[in-house]
Amino acid sequence: MSIARQLVRGFRNLLRRKYADEDIADEVDSFFAEAKADFEACGLTAHDAARATRMALGSSTALREQVRSYGWENIVNGIFQDLRYTLRRLRATPGFTVVSIVTLALGLGATTAIFSVINGVLLKPLPYAHPEQLVSLWMTAPGVKIEDLNMAPSVYFTMADEARAFQAVSIWTSGTTSITGNGEPEQVSAIFASHELLPILGVKPQLGRLFAAADDDPKGTRTVMLSDGYWRSHFGGDRSVLGRRLLIERNTVSMIGVLPPSFQFMDRKADLLIPLRFDRAKTNLGVFSFLGVGRLKSGVALKQADADLGRMLPLVMQRFPPPAGYTAKMYEDVRIAPNLRLLRDDLVGDIGNMLWVLMATVGIVLLIACANIANLLLVRAEGRQQELAIRTALGAAWTRIARELLFESVTLGVVAGVVGLGLSWAALKLLSASDLVRLPRARNIQIDAWVVLFATVTSITVSVLFGLIPIVRYAKPQIANALRGGGRSMSASRDRHRVRGLLVVVQVALALILLVTSGLMIRTFGNLHQVDPGFTNAAEIQTVRIAIPDEQVKEPERVVRMEQAMLDKISAINGVRSVSITSSVTMGDYESNDPVYAEDKTYREGTLPPLRRFKWIAPNYFKTMGQRMLAGRDLRWPEIYNSRPVALVSENTAREMWGSPQAAIGKRIRTTVKDDWCEVFGVVGDEHTDGVEKRAPTIVYWPIFQKNFEAGPVNVQRAVAFVIRTPRAGSIPLRDELRNAIWSINANLPLANVETVETLYDRSLERTSLTLIMLAIAGGMALLLGIVGIYGLISYSVSQRTREIGIRLALGAPIAQVTRAIVRSGLILSAIGCACGLGAALMLAPLMKSLLFSVSPSDPLTYAATSGSLILAAALASYLPARRAAKVDPVEALRAE
Amino acid sequence: MAGVDTEFAIPINLDVHLLTIIMSGRYPVIASMNSTNTDVIQGTLDMLILKTLSLEPMHGFGIVRRIEQITQNVFKVNAGSLLTALQRLERYGWLAADWVVTQNSRRAKVYRLTQMGRKQLQNETADWQRRSAAISRLLKAQA
Repeated sequence: MSIARQLVRGFRNLLRRKYADEDIADEVDSFFAEAKADFEACGLTAHDAARATRMALGSSTALREQVRSYGWENIVNGIFQDLRYTLRRLRATPGFTVVSIVTLALGLGATTAIFSVINGVLLKPLPYAHPEQLVSLWMTAPGVKIEDLNMAPSVYFTMADEARAFQAVSIWTSGTTSITGNGEPEQVSAIFASHELLPILGVKPQLGRLFAAADDDPKGTRTVMLSDGYWRSHFGGDRSVLGRRLLIERNTVSMIGVLPPSFQFMDRKADLLIPLRFDRAKTNLGVFSFLGVGRLKSGVALKQADADLGRMLPLVMQRFPPPAGYTAKMYEDVRIAPNLRLLRDDLVGDIGNMLWVLMATVGIVLLIACANIANLLLVRAEGRQQELAIRTALGAAWTRIARELLFESVTLGVVAGVVGLGLSWAALKLLSASDLVRLPRARNIQIDAWVVLFATVTSITVSVLFGLIPIVRYAKPQIANALRGGGRSMSASRDRHRVRGLLVVVQVALALILLVTSGLMIRTFGNLHQVDPGFTNAAEIQTVRIAIPDEQVKEPERVVRMEQAMLDKISAINGVRSVSITSSVTMGDYESNDPVYAEDKTYREGTLPPLRRFKWIAPNYFKTMGQRMLAGRDLRWPEIYNSRPVALVSENTAREMWGSPQAAIGKRIRTTVKDDWCEVFGVVGDEHTDGVEKRAPTIVYWPIFQKNFEAGPVNVQRAVAFVIRTPRAGSIPLRDELRNAIWSINANLPLANVETVETLYDRSLERTSLTLIMLAIAGGMALLLGIVGIYGLISYSVSQRTREIGIRLALGAPIAQVTRAIVRSGLILSAIGCACGLGAALMLAPLMKSLLFSVSPSDPLTYAATSGSLILAAALASYLPARRAAKVDPVEALRAE
Repeated sequence: MAGVDTEFAIPINLDVHLLTIIMSGRYPVIASMNSTNTDVIQGTLDMLILKTLSLEPMHGFGIVRRIEQITQNVFKVNAGSLLTALQRLERYGWLAADWVVTQNSRRAKVYRLTQMGRKQLQNETADWQRRSAAISRLLKAQA
């Protein structure tokens, strides 16, 4: 009974089907011949002997079939037969086949595409060894209402010395720097990190060495590591770069290694990896402006790490002095506490919720598509009732019939799955090319083995699901009824339509859920657009960033003069209406917070006043941005050069500190107790600099050149952005003219962030935009499919009831009554579906609360509007076939059979 | 082929869950049987076939005749079961078959026992004897 023999024999018979069949046929015939001879030997005539044989043995065909059916290859053969038959049947009805495949492919394609996004962004682990040990070192400062506090060098030094729960910690940040010395300065992106970063990630260089502790010493030689891309593009992959020098911002830096091509960290672009060098002797408690990452020791839980950091934070206070103008007690009152999270969660952020909502949405669309196809299959099976009844009467087992019906649906499902996979591949290519949404870990989004597996499993599951519905109804036909075929005396039975009606109800309910979510998103989007962001007509505001380094221009006042000269040059450009300077553009990325004391208030000894957002500006900033001036006036240039201590505040700051914008004028504020008091002489409207869905932070605007500020003698903004109001914003010629204007003053400054404020605004809304687009598309598809479903059902029932309608019309029923009855049947189904959908939507909508803005998940307007439009559409879908019914000629209907 | 013509052969119902037999009629007719305990009958049929072929190689119909003859018409074999069993045994490697021309110049597929088949026959015979001995003991047992 060896398996090998079974397999070999089976294959042989499979391939040489005819030969095997002939063999068996011959054997059966020979058996019959021997039996006949035996009878003849008993004395019967040839004729009688033949008859006796047949009576004894039965039909030779039946015997042949019985013998043939042995062997596993018969099952395989049966499957192939079914497959061929199914393909032939599907080819014979191209309309049905194409419609089902297209509908299903759209649903499956959308589901697969969203799954591959979820797979790449949420499910795949980070590409480092033991990624679950990697932790982002965030802290929180409830005393000054900062939820996420960045890393500071003082904390890093203490953790490096004292940490018990961590294998290693590293402090880092990312940004840009410029490579000089080769003519035009070249802007490059860089990650700045202490030497532990690469060992923490487990990254090995492909050339050269990693950083060591000596590279972090400010007094040592400067070193740098190159990324693989930069190495290949700028040095052609030359292995002799080690030891050679680069000029980075006028400093000579030695290249000591090249990172591997697979290196990526927190989605930051990095051409270079540069050591962060802190002078420990000069480090104080401030400067919480960095990021931290650490690797936990194996077996250590996040809670233990939290406790460890909590233990070390008081040590930080003891070992490092507070910055000038602050006391140690202030830092204690801030109550800095640990707020660690996994690196993965930090990277992915809160996009998980949006992605799962999208997944649910496309899942619902898929279900609706399946309901449609199940309906179509039911109609198809009903058409085959007679054939199936005959086969059952002839002895077919219902499993055989069920297998055939299932084959049809699985074939449809598999083909649609393949087409859907192709569609999702195209969609992903489109997504990555369009830069529509910056998703974290976007590099990981691709069609890989998991996605293909998901597509396969989903298409088979879905096709089995909707394939079962006609099987349950039709695999065991009621033979008597079916053979009678249609029935002179019968019209459509209620029972038949119950399942189809149920499917339509389900479709309508699901479609309503999607329409409600789309409606809520539309309202959210509308509400977001209503918020005044703090500027007007963003498409006309161009921005460009520069940074004037210490080494180039040492004296602060010269920096300001240089900046003003650039301003003058820019305002001379054709089309420029107004231009100014700011340290951080609204909804850009460079934000800074610090405490603000008011002269007319008293503060308890050693406590910190609330932190406010700081921005440094030049005159005309508000005019350029289009912000409203609520009280007082704007800065003037003479005040800047005299460094008169002045400031402006935003409306919410004024209200919070003094009650009203008018009350703020004349008040005096400062940021540390060592500073001069600055007079507030202007109040402007709120600026939603963190994005319109968040509250506008309280902002204080300082001049770009100040004396006695933050306990330093002079403060000047070297890294600034020019904001330019011009109708030509965003055009290439304008960009060139800007560059020429700036370089005519100082040719050694690379330009960065050349974009319009409109880009920044759209980018801040991109997540909502994407969700809205996808939900709207899904809602539209769902509505279409639902309407098609209703139309199909009513239309079919009308065609089945032609006789009945004919009889009624012949008996004198008014046409309007017949039409009304038909429309009513359709409306009843839709109403039931609507009601179920409303209930389900009320239960499910709160799940998407985080995506909504100032609209409640049970907003009555949205619910009413969507159900109203759905009922209307359903009425239309029922009315069209009803009109056809009205045109039935009673005589024709009664005659036709 | 022994033309044993027994009139009104009395059927013996060996009601020991091993076989059911259907009455034979006037002619040595091979009645079609609704096999209810197919798996058990299948096992016994295999042993009968192997034993028959151990005496001499023969074709399908000949096996039927020989079984009837030796068991004196107690066991009747269904044509479909036999031919299927022959396929199965050949697949297992216990039988080998060739097409030959018989003396009546008819083509027939003649089966013979292989080495593996002989071994299998020994095993099955031993198994059967063990079982029937146990049942005999059971039947003989007093209260």
